[in-house]
Amino acid sequence: MTSRLINWFKFSSPASFYPLARKISLVSTVIAVVLIAVGLYMSFFVAPTDYKQGEGYRIIFVHVPASWMSMFIYVVMAGWAALGLVFNTRLSAMMAQALAPTGAMFAFLSLWTGSFWGKPMWGTWWVWDARITSELILLFLYLGYMALRAAIDDPRRGDRASAILLLVGVVNVPIIYYSVKWWNTLHQGSTIRMNQESTMEETMLLTMLIMTLGFWAYSIAVAMARVRTVILERERSTTWVRELGGGEI
Amino acid sequence: MAEFFHMGGYGLYVWGSFGVTALFMIAEPLLLRSRGRKIRKRIAHIARIEREVNP
Repeated sequence: MTSRLINWFKFSSPASFYPLARKISLVSTVIAVVLIAVGLYMSFFVAPTDYKQGEGYRIIFVHVPASWMSMFIYVVMAGWAALGLVFNTRLSAMMAQALAPTGAMFAFLSLWTGSFWGKPMWGTWWVWDARITSELILLFLYLGYMALRAAIDDPRRGDRASAILLLVGVVNVPIIYYSVKWWNTLHQGSTIRMNQESTMEETMLLTMLIMTLGFWAYSIAVAMARVRTVILERERSTTWVRELGGGEI
Repeated sequence: MAEFFHMGGYGLYVWGSFGVTALFMIAEPLLLRSRGRKIRKRIAHIARIEREVNP
Protein backbone atom coordinates (compact mmCIF):
# COMPACT_ATOMS: atom_id res chain seq x y z
CA MET A 1 0.00 0.00 0.00
CA THR A 2 2.65 2.51 -0.97
CA SER A 3 0.22 4.56 -3.05
CA ARG A 4 -1.77 5.63 -0.01
CA LEU A 5 -1.81 9.42 0.18
CA ILE A 6 -2.30 9.85 3.88
CA ASN A 7 -1.12 7.35 6.41
CA TRP A 8 -4.06 7.47 8.82
CA PHE A 9 -2.32 5.24 11.29
CA LYS A 10 0.28 7.94 11.77
CA PHE A 11 -2.36 9.99 13.60
CA SER A 12 -3.43 7.08 15.76
CA SER A 13 -0.38 7.82 17.88
CA PRO A 14 -1.11 10.34 20.64
CA ALA A 15 2.24 12.07 20.05
CA SER A 16 1.47 12.94 16.42
CA PHE A 17 -2.19 13.68 17.06
CA TYR A 18 -1.43 16.09 19.90
CA PRO A 19 -0.37 19.07 17.71
CA LEU A 20 -3.06 18.31 15.11
CA ALA A 21 -5.77 18.39 17.81
CA ARG A 22 -4.71 21.91 18.72
CA LYS A 23 -5.19 23.14 15.16
CA ILE A 24 -8.59 21.45 14.84
CA SER A 25 -9.65 22.91 18.18
CA LEU A 26 -8.68 26.46 17.23
CA VAL A 27 -10.45 26.37 13.87
CA SER A 28 -13.58 24.82 15.42
CA THR A 29 -13.64 27.45 18.15
CA VAL A 30 -13.77 30.25 15.59
CA ILE A 31 -16.50 28.46 13.59
CA ALA A 32 -18.50 27.77 16.77
CA VAL A 33 -18.37 31.37 18.01
CA VAL A 34 -19.45 32.77 14.64
CA LEU A 35 -22.26 30.25 14.07
CA ILE A 36 -23.65 30.50 17.61
CA ALA A 37 -23.54 34.31 17.50
CA VAL A 38 -25.45 34.33 14.20
CA GLY A 39 -27.77 31.59 15.49
CA LEU A 40 -28.60 33.49 18.68
CA TYR A 41 -29.29 36.69 16.75
CA MET A 42 -31.63 34.80 14.43
CA SER A 43 -33.26 32.98 17.36
CA PHE A 44 -34.44 36.23 18.90
CA PHE A 45 -34.61 38.82 16.13
CA VAL A 46 -35.16 37.06 12.81
CA ALA A 47 -37.26 33.95 13.47
CA PRO A 48 -40.95 34.94 13.62
CA THR A 49 -43.30 34.42 16.56
CA ASP A 50 -45.06 31.05 16.47
CA TYR A 51 -48.81 31.24 15.82
CA LYS A 52 -49.57 28.71 18.54
CA GLN A 53 -46.78 28.88 21.12
CA GLY A 54 -45.95 32.59 20.85
CA GLU A 55 -42.42 33.42 21.95
CA GLY A 56 -42.21 30.27 24.05
CA TYR A 57 -41.30 28.09 21.08
CA ARG A 58 -37.88 29.80 20.85
CA ILE A 59 -36.60 27.20 23.31
CA ILE A 60 -36.47 24.91 20.27
CA PHE A 61 -33.29 26.66 19.11
CA VAL A 62 -31.32 25.24 22.04
CA HIS A 63 -33.45 22.19 22.84
CA VAL A 64 -33.23 20.44 19.48
CA PRO A 65 -29.50 21.06 18.83
CA ALA A 66 -28.63 19.92 22.39
CA SER A 67 -30.75 16.76 21.99
CA TRP A 68 -29.26 15.92 18.61
CA MET A 69 -25.72 16.45 19.90
CA SER A 70 -26.36 14.25 22.94
CA MET A 71 -27.34 11.35 20.68
CA PHE A 72 -24.75 12.01 18.00
CA ILE A 73 -21.84 12.27 20.44
CA TYR A 74 -22.84 8.96 21.97
CA VAL A 75 -22.78 7.24 18.57
CA VAL A 76 -19.36 8.77 17.80
CA MET A 77 -18.05 7.57 21.18
CA ALA A 78 -19.35 4.05 20.49
CA GLY A 79 -17.59 4.21 17.10
CA TRP A 80 -14.30 5.13 18.79
CA ALA A 81 -14.87 2.39 21.33
CA ALA A 82 -15.32 -0.17 18.56
CA LEU A 83 -12.18 1.06 16.76
CA GLY A 84 -10.26 0.87 20.01
CA LEU A 85 -11.36 -2.72 20.62
CA VAL A 86 -10.54 -3.82 17.06
CA PHE A 87 -7.20 -2.07 16.54
CA ASN A 88 -6.19 -1.77 20.18
CA THR A 89 -5.24 1.89 19.70
CA ARG A 90 -4.88 4.08 22.77
CA LEU A 91 -6.01 7.22 21.00
CA SER A 92 -9.46 5.78 20.15
CA ALA A 93 -10.21 5.27 23.82
CA MET A 94 -8.85 8.73 24.61
CA MET A 95 -11.23 10.23 22.03
CA ALA A 96 -14.20 8.50 23.65
CA GLN A 97 -12.99 9.70 27.04
CA ALA A 98 -12.68 13.28 25.73
CA LEU A 99 -16.20 13.34 24.29
CA ALA A 100 -18.06 11.92 27.30
CA PRO A 101 -18.41 15.03 29.52
CA THR A 102 -19.63 17.12 26.57
CA GLY A 103 -22.16 14.45 25.62
CA ALA A 104 -23.38 14.21 29.19
CA MET A 105 -23.72 17.99 29.31
CA PHE A 106 -25.88 18.03 26.18
CA ALA A 107 -28.03 15.17 27.49
CA PHE A 108 -28.61 17.15 30.66
CA LEU A 109 -29.33 20.36 28.72
CA SER A 110 -31.74 18.47 26.49
CA LEU A 111 -33.71 17.37 29.57
CA TRP A 112 -33.43 20.76 31.25
CA THR A 113 -34.60 22.82 28.26
CA GLY A 114 -37.26 20.19 27.56
CA SER A 115 -38.52 20.61 31.08
CA PHE A 116 -38.62 24.40 30.70
CA TRP A 117 -40.54 23.93 27.49
CA GLY A 118 -42.89 21.29 28.85
CA LYS A 119 -44.02 23.37 31.81
CA PRO A 120 -45.70 26.19 29.83
CA MET A 121 -46.87 24.02 26.92
CA TRP A 122 -47.93 20.74 28.55
CA GLY A 123 -48.41 22.05 32.08
CA THR A 124 -45.78 19.81 33.66
CA TRP A 125 -42.02 19.92 34.25
CA TRP A 126 -41.62 16.19 33.89
CA VAL A 127 -43.50 13.19 32.58
CA TRP A 128 -42.38 9.55 32.26
CA ASP A 129 -42.89 9.63 28.57
CA ALA A 130 -40.94 7.26 26.25
CA ARG A 131 -38.74 9.95 24.73
CA ILE A 132 -37.94 11.74 27.97
CA THR A 133 -37.25 8.50 29.84
CA SER A 134 -34.94 7.17 27.12
CA GLU A 135 -33.07 10.50 27.05
CA LEU A 136 -32.65 10.23 30.83
CA ILE A 137 -31.22 6.73 30.32
CA LEU A 138 -28.77 8.26 27.82
CA LEU A 139 -27.61 10.70 30.52
CA PHE A 140 -27.13 7.76 32.90
CA LEU A 141 -25.17 5.87 30.23
CA TYR A 142 -22.79 8.81 29.92
CA LEU A 143 -22.39 9.04 33.70
CA GLY A 144 -22.02 5.26 33.97
CA TYR A 145 -19.32 5.25 31.31
CA MET A 146 -17.36 8.00 33.06
CA ALA A 147 -17.73 6.36 36.48
CA LEU A 148 -16.65 2.95 35.17
CA ARG A 149 -13.59 4.41 33.41
CA ALA A 150 -12.58 6.31 36.52
CA ALA A 151 -13.12 3.30 38.79
CA ILE A 152 -10.61 1.03 37.03
CA ASP A 153 -7.01 1.84 37.95
CA ASP A 154 -5.34 0.32 34.91
CA PRO A 155 -6.24 2.74 32.09
CA ARG A 156 -6.07 0.14 29.31
CA ARG A 157 -8.39 -2.21 31.18
CA GLY A 158 -10.65 0.74 31.89
CA ASP A 159 -10.67 1.52 28.18
CA ARG A 160 -11.81 -1.98 27.26
CA ALA A 161 -14.46 -2.32 29.95
CA SER A 162 -15.96 1.09 29.25
CA ALA A 163 -15.82 0.48 25.48
CA ILE A 164 -18.08 -2.54 25.94
CA LEU A 165 -20.49 -0.50 28.05
CA LEU A 166 -20.61 2.12 25.27
CA LEU A 167 -21.32 -0.51 22.60
CA VAL A 168 -24.10 -2.14 24.59
CA GLY A 169 -25.67 1.24 25.37
CA VAL A 170 -25.83 2.27 21.74
CA VAL A 171 -29.11 0.33 21.44
CA ASN A 172 -30.71 3.19 23.37
CA VAL A 173 -30.07 5.77 20.64
CA PRO A 174 -32.54 4.44 18.05
CA ILE A 175 -35.02 4.00 20.91
CA ILE A 176 -34.78 7.73 21.66
CA TYR A 177 -34.95 8.63 18.00
CA TYR A 178 -37.98 6.52 17.11
CA SER A 179 -39.74 6.78 20.49
CA VAL A 180 -42.14 9.42 19.20
CA LYS A 181 -43.15 7.07 16.39
CA TRP A 182 -43.26 3.75 18.22
CA TRP A 183 -45.20 4.89 21.24
CA ASN A 184 -48.05 7.26 21.76
CA THR A 185 -46.26 9.95 23.68
CA LEU A 186 -46.81 13.43 24.96
CA HIS A 187 -43.64 14.56 23.18
CA GLN A 188 -44.40 15.86 19.70
CA GLY A 189 -43.22 14.05 16.58
CA SER A 190 -40.26 15.29 14.58
CA THR A 191 -40.71 18.35 12.43
CA ILE A 192 -37.57 17.71 10.41
CA ARG A 193 -38.08 14.75 8.14
CA MET A 194 -35.71 12.96 5.86
CA ASN A 195 -38.17 11.75 3.25
CA GLN A 196 -40.78 14.48 3.11
CA GLU A 197 -41.09 18.19 3.51
CA SER A 198 -40.46 19.58 6.97
CA THR A 199 -43.40 21.12 8.76
CA MET A 200 -41.57 24.24 9.79
CA GLU A 201 -41.28 27.80 8.62
CA GLU A 202 -38.08 28.41 6.62
CA THR A 203 -36.27 30.94 8.82
CA MET A 204 -37.09 28.85 11.91
CA LEU A 205 -35.59 25.81 10.22
CA LEU A 206 -32.52 27.74 9.08
CA THR A 207 -31.97 29.12 12.58
CA MET A 208 -32.18 25.65 14.06
CA LEU A 209 -29.69 24.28 11.54
CA ILE A 210 -27.23 27.12 12.20
CA MET A 211 -27.46 26.54 15.95
CA THR A 212 -26.97 22.81 15.40
CA LEU A 213 -23.85 23.38 13.30
CA GLY A 214 -22.61 25.82 15.96
CA PHE A 215 -23.11 23.23 18.71
CA TRP A 216 -21.38 20.72 16.48
CA ALA A 217 -18.32 22.96 16.07
CA TYR A 218 -18.39 23.68 19.82
CA SER A 219 -18.32 19.94 20.57
CA ILE A 220 -15.37 19.37 18.23
CA ALA A 221 -13.47 22.31 19.74
CA VAL A 222 -14.02 21.18 23.33
CA ALA A 223 -13.37 17.48 22.59
CA MET A 224 -10.10 18.30 20.83
CA ALA A 225 -8.96 20.53 23.68
CA ARG A 226 -9.92 17.82 26.17
CA VAL A 227 -8.21 15.03 24.27
CA ARG A 228 -4.98 17.06 24.49
CA THR A 229 -5.36 17.24 28.25
CA VAL A 230 -6.22 13.53 28.44
CA ILE A 231 -3.15 12.70 26.32
CA LEU A 232 -0.89 14.69 28.65
CA GLU A 233 -2.45 13.13 31.75
CA ARG A 234 -2.13 9.59 30.46
CA GLU A 235 1.21 9.91 28.68
CA ARG A 236 2.94 12.11 31.22
CA SER A 237 5.70 9.56 31.87
CA THR A 238 6.55 9.02 28.19
CA THR A 239 9.67 10.53 26.61
CA TRP A 240 7.82 12.72 24.13
CA VAL A 241 5.78 14.42 26.85
CA ARG A 242 8.93 14.80 28.98
CA GLU A 243 10.60 16.52 26.05
CA LEU A 244 7.60 18.85 25.65
CA GLY A 245 7.80 19.54 29.37
CA GLY A 246 10.77 21.84 29.03
CA GLY A 247 9.36 23.98 26.27
CA GLU A 248 6.01 25.26 25.10
CA ILE A 249 3.11 22.83 25.44
CA MET B 1 -36.46 46.21 26.00
CA ALA B 2 -38.64 45.02 28.89
CA GLU B 3 -40.92 43.50 26.30
CA PHE B 4 -37.98 41.57 24.89
CA PHE B 5 -37.17 40.05 28.29
CA HIS B 6 -40.84 39.38 28.93
CA MET B 7 -40.99 37.08 25.84
CA GLY B 8 -44.75 37.33 25.64
CA GLY B 9 -45.14 35.84 29.11
CA TYR B 10 -42.65 33.03 28.48
CA GLY B 11 -39.67 34.93 29.92
CA LEU B 12 -38.90 32.48 32.72
CA TYR B 13 -38.97 29.48 30.37
CA VAL B 14 -37.10 31.00 27.44
CA TRP B 15 -34.37 32.60 29.59
CA GLY B 16 -34.26 29.60 31.89
CA SER B 17 -33.42 27.47 28.87
CA PHE B 18 -31.03 29.79 27.04
CA GLY B 19 -29.43 30.99 30.29
CA VAL B 20 -28.56 27.55 31.66
CA THR B 21 -27.38 26.38 28.23
CA ALA B 22 -25.10 29.44 27.96
CA LEU B 23 -23.85 28.93 31.51
CA PHE B 24 -22.85 25.32 30.80
CA MET B 25 -21.31 26.08 27.41
CA ILE B 26 -19.18 28.85 28.92
CA ALA B 27 -18.27 26.94 32.09
CA GLU B 28 -17.16 23.77 30.27
CA PRO B 29 -14.26 25.35 28.32
CA LEU B 30 -13.19 27.31 31.42
CA LEU B 31 -13.10 24.18 33.61
CA LEU B 32 -11.26 22.36 30.86
CA ARG B 33 -8.70 25.15 30.64
CA SER B 34 -7.88 24.94 34.34
CA ARG B 35 -7.59 21.14 34.07
CA GLY B 36 -5.16 21.58 31.17
CA ARG B 37 -3.12 24.16 33.07
CA LYS B 38 -2.83 21.84 36.05
CA ILE B 39 -1.33 18.94 34.10
CA ARG B 40 0.95 21.25 32.06
CA LYS B 41 2.26 22.80 35.26
CA ARG B 42 2.90 19.37 36.71
CA ILE B 43 4.79 18.18 33.62
CA ALA B 44 6.87 21.38 33.53
CA HIS B 45 7.62 20.91 37.22
CA ILE B 46 8.85 17.34 36.72
CA ALA B 47 10.94 18.45 33.73
CA ARG B 48 12.56 21.18 35.85
CA ILE B 49 13.46 18.74 38.62
CA GLU B 50 14.95 16.35 36.09
CA ARG B 51 17.10 19.10 34.61
CA GLU B 52 18.38 20.04 38.06
CA VAL B 53 19.17 16.46 38.98
CA ASN B 54 20.59 15.60 35.60
CA PRO B 55 21.90 18.75 33.88
